[in-house]
Amino acid sequence: MSDWRYRLAEQRGTLLGVAIFLLMFTIYVSNHPAGFTANVVQTAANKGVLLALVAMAQTFVVLTAGIDLSVGMIFILTNCVGSYIVTGSMGTALLGVIGVLVLGLACGALNGLIVIYGRLQPIVTTIATGSIFYGIALWLRPQPGSSDDFNSDIADLMTSQLPGGIPMSLVALLVIVVLVWLPFRRSPVGRAVYAIGSSEVAAYMSGVPIRRAKFAAYTLSGLLAAMGGLYFTFITYSGVASFADGSTYTLYSIAAVVLGGVSLFGGVGSAVGAIFGALAFRTIGDLIFVFDLEPLWQTLFQGVVLLLAVCIGSARLFQVRNRLDLFA
Amino acid sequence: MSSDESRPLMMRLPARLRRVDPAVATAFGCTILLLFLGSLYSPEFLSPDYLLQQLKVASFLGVIATGMMVVILLGQIDLSVPWVVAVGGMMACAATAHGEAGMVLAIPFGLLCGVALGIVNGIGVAYLRIPSMIITLAVNAVAQGLMVAYTGGFSPQDSASDAMRFIATGEVVFGIPNALIVWVLIGAGAVFLFTRTTFGRAIYAIGNRERAAYLSGIGTQRVVMIAFAISGGLSALGGVLLAGYASKAAQAMGDPYLLPSIAAVVLGGTSILGGRGSYLGTVAGVILITLLQSILSVMQMEEFGRQVIYGVVIIVMLLLYGRERLVR
Amino acid sequence: MDAGVPLFRMEGVSKRYGGVRALEEAELNVHGGRVHAILGENGAGKSTLIKVMAGVVAPDKGRMTLEGREVSFPDPAAANQAGVVCIFQELSLIPDLSVADNIAISNPPKRFGLIDRRAQRRMAEEALARAGGEDIHPMAPVKDLPLSRRQIVEIAKALARRPRILILDEATSALTAADVTKVFAVLKRLRSEGLALLFISHRMHEIAEIADECTVFRNGHNVATYRAGTKSDNEVVELMIGREYNHVFPPKQSVPPDKPPVIEVRNLSWTQRLRDISLAVRAGEVVGLGGLDGQGQRELLLALFGVLKGVSGELLIDGKPTPIASPEAAKCKPIGMALIPEDRKTEGLMLPMAVCDNLSFAALDRLSNAGVIDRAAERKAIEEMIRLLAIRTDGVDKPVGSLSGGNQQKVVIAKWLMVSPRIILLNDPTRGIDVGTKQEIYQLLRKLADSGAAIIFYSTDYDELIGCCNRVLVLYDGAVKRTLVEEEITERALIASALNIAADQGEAGFKPAVNA
Repeated sequence: MSDWRYRLAEQRGTLLGVAIFLLMFTIYVSNHPAGFTANVVQTAANKGVLLALVAMAQTFVVLTAGIDLSVGMIFILTNCVGSYIVTGSMGTALLGVIGVLVLGLACGALNGLIVIYGRLQPIVTTIATGSIFYGIALWLRPQPGSSDDFNSDIADLMTSQLPGGIPMSLVALLVIVVLVWLPFRRSPVGRAVYAIGSSEVAAYMSGVPIRRAKFAAYTLSGLLAAMGGLYFTFITYSGVASFADGSTYTLYSIAAVVLGGVSLFGGVGSAVGAIFGALAFRTIGDLIFVFDLEPLWQTLFQGVVLLLAVCIGSARLFQVRNRLDLFA
Repeated sequence: MSSDESRPLMMRLPARLRRVDPAVATAFGCTILLLFLGSLYSPEFLSPDYLLQQLKVASFLGVIATGMMVVILLGQIDLSVPWVVAVGGMMACAATAHGEAGMVLAIPFGLLCGVALGIVNGIGVAYLRIPSMIITLAVNAVAQGLMVAYTGGFSPQDSASDAMRFIATGEVVFGIPNALIVWVLIGAGAVFLFTRTTFGRAIYAIGNRERAAYLSGIGTQRVVMIAFAISGGLSALGGVLLAGYASKAAQAMGDPYLLPSIAAVVLGGTSILGGRGSYLGTVAGVILITLLQSILSVMQMEEFGRQVIYGVVIIVMLLLYGRERLVR
Repeated sequence: MDAGVPLFRMEGVSKRYGGVRALEEAELNVHGGRVHAILGENGAGKSTLIKVMAGVVAPDKGRMTLEGREVSFPDPAAANQAGVVCIFQELSLIPDLSVADNIAISNPPKRFGLIDRRAQRRMAEEALARAGGEDIHPMAPVKDLPLSRRQIVEIAKALARRPRILILDEATSALTAADVTKVFAVLKRLRSEGLALLFISHRMHEIAEIADECTVFRNGHNVATYRAGTKSDNEVVELMIGREYNHVFPPKQSVPPDKPPVIEVRNLSWTQRLRDISLAVRAGEVVGLGGLDGQGQRELLLALFGVLKGVSGELLIDGKPTPIASPEAAKCKPIGMALIPEDRKTEGLMLPMAVCDNLSFAALDRLSNAGVIDRAAERKAIEEMIRLLAIRTDGVDKPVGSLSGGNQQKVVIAKWLMVSPRIILLNDPTRGIDVGTKQEIYQLLRKLADSGAAIIFYSTDYDELIGCCNRVLVLYDGAVKRTLVEEEITERALIASALNIAADQGEAGFKPAVNA
């Protein structure tokens, strides 16, 4: 029986994130005028999946005790590039999709190389690279626009609804978790990422491949952000280089990972938790509409709930008996 | 293991300075380089009028960056700058609508609002041990929510008081812009704080090793809270100046100041991990960034080009002197 | 046992850290199937030598050969590949990962490229059993384990790597006597299988039990290598300090028992770690805390200093009940308490900051007016302290991290002396300090006591407790087991009460191979 106790304790943060999401979603759906219908779920899912993907991207880097302030801009950049190359026949469109994902990998790799070999701090590095990515996006799409021969078939497929009312977006998210996150977590490189976040010194002494693990974390982060950007292209059929959007996604991704039980100090948490944190965060925002409050209050509401959630998360600190434990 | 003194601490008066901090020297060197490049483009660049104009624009960023530096020296970060700036500007303008008393109290009221938000940040970081990244993010969202709700989503209609306009745009002494004088005064205060006061010494100590500072009998939690209050107040002051400059406040007026303020502090040689840095460096960083932005606009470079160059410059400069030591 | 060809050899190895020469043309021969103990003061170079061997640190000069072939290790992973495994005190365990994950951290069993959890768990259980840790659950997160269990995990982890050369760097310091016996049994068996063992320790009895040969380090190089048992303890200590060994303590002064106590605690308790402790210290008294490691001594000092929450019981200063809520309050005028903390590098000093800034840090409020520092007063106070304590430094502007361990500790003590404390708490102040500085510290403590300070002093060194203290309270499991007064303080009595047995039980009552 103690095995299960340990497994549960390990996933504590994620389970909390799931709990928050379920709570929020129940409130949302029970107060929504249309109730728990497929369309309600569909709309919520499509919007939520975007933030979920960016939050997953942020998770990889946060696990190494870093932070990636460029995820929102990779999201924007890949969105704009996608609006250009996911075009033509199914074949060329698929090539375009692959191209966008490779771009995401490259952006993440750039971040990783500068942090690892340049030995710069992640926060400043990603502020600078975010600027670069945004600049390129703006060059590509000075005005929002889309290509004439944009392949809407793929887009529609990925945003559609499966029989039974299950949104394709959630299925896609599940597939990504199964194909990307789970193997990563179980792999030696994935464990190395956790080790580095927990204690880089101890990881070094233990012979953990630090450079390889960090590179993997940043590159995968870029990949996931690109998936988000691609998905955004599927939803809107177009590319928009909006600084505000990029900024918002970056900052919200940080909120989402925290709500999902990922520690900003590294070494603890899971992308699954981040997904639920993102969905919870989106749902919180949408509660405004459901309760028929002024849309004006949405940002305030989101902010206050985030503030409360974060404060409650630190309530455990009141149990601390030795104040020295409060300091690193 | 002893630590290599690769970066001398520049906390002493210049009299004791035998070596200049390489970061500050590089920053000033790049500033001169930029002036030179700018003058190649147009001889106007070196005219006193233009330079003073640049310094005036730099003052807004300078005041905000001062607050950011206090927090970064602690090893923390303040992501609530965008909307605390807006709160400062909007609340000061709002006060002017309340008769004579309102006109007089406009500036103090705006500052007070900023300080209050800073205290919320401070309590979260110091007493609730919430990572500064997330609490300041939440406070930013709450501040945004409050302002959006207050203005109904429209542009704020109140206009700035005469006093505000005076300190932002007036000239009292020999044609030196008042805004610059404000920055100089704030800067002098900051230098005094860092080098001559127990509070300043405590900030460096906490940034280096909070545990040791606590065990030395310093009220570390109080110091951290006050530091965030100062940052909030200075951000609000930046907002007051900006509102005075434009004669009114605007939505999202603080957004363009977050990343540049962090970049200015870091480019000036302050370590993002805390405990190390001199105010002179921050001055150099602010001027550098302001000049860079204005050269790019004089060259009529497109926004996208500016963003890319901005990011590239930060990375290149940090690679020159911001790298972590290779410890083996 | 004849010399034979060494399995591993280091020659001419040098390493400098700033101004400090950690290793100077050091040399070492390691033979398979033998346990080689390395002795020396802290700062003598043992740890640095081991770190060079284990690939943690790169030497400035010198060469290493393994089986005759020259090798160099760019990082710990490379050293592990070559079969050189080091057991650190606990620096290499990842706190948030499980025991099994830690044991198999660098080469986990894999299936289809992913970690095979079941095989890993079996591997971990096997390694734990070999190291004597059968009671440790493989899925437990390492950060939740007590220090002694973590050390067993560290040993298991090293054994799982099937080393050819195993280095133990003070690896038994947190273990109970029973654990040490088990671990030694494992090590002896490995030795008979051909493993070469390098064992760094201060504990003469452990070395006597397990070592085949010994090497003494001093000032960064090898000063003597000899067969175990061929030198007396005194001779060895003399080799370690390079001069005649004379552990001289300044003469103690007794304090009349009718003087009122400066600080008194009654029935102090805290969670499970401190139980019903009562003690009183008068001005001029030096009271020691003894007992095995981890019996609550550190926690008691922290409780007095206001660091712990939820402490029950009474604390009286000068007879008045005075609850202390924080170090800030403890430092304040009417109380005047100071704590020299356990780890000077992370708790006593801000290493990158200048010596002068560290020195004046606790006394800043006395050296300033309304928050503004009086530079002249500060400078004067700093100069006086440096002179008083004979702190050797290249310059007060240099980072305090560039000082030697002994001088760093002097800075910590000087920092507190600047606030003229009446009550001085010391948490193992001479750990890792060279003998010369230790003597200076003993003299200083005596002077402070003579001028009226009340001193509470935790030490892991019996000689110190015997030589410095008027009274010793031996703690066991968080409670005061026994109080020894003046002449009662003997090594036998200290060890016996530390082990929770009566002192008159005689030789048969306790095992020499014990640590405290």
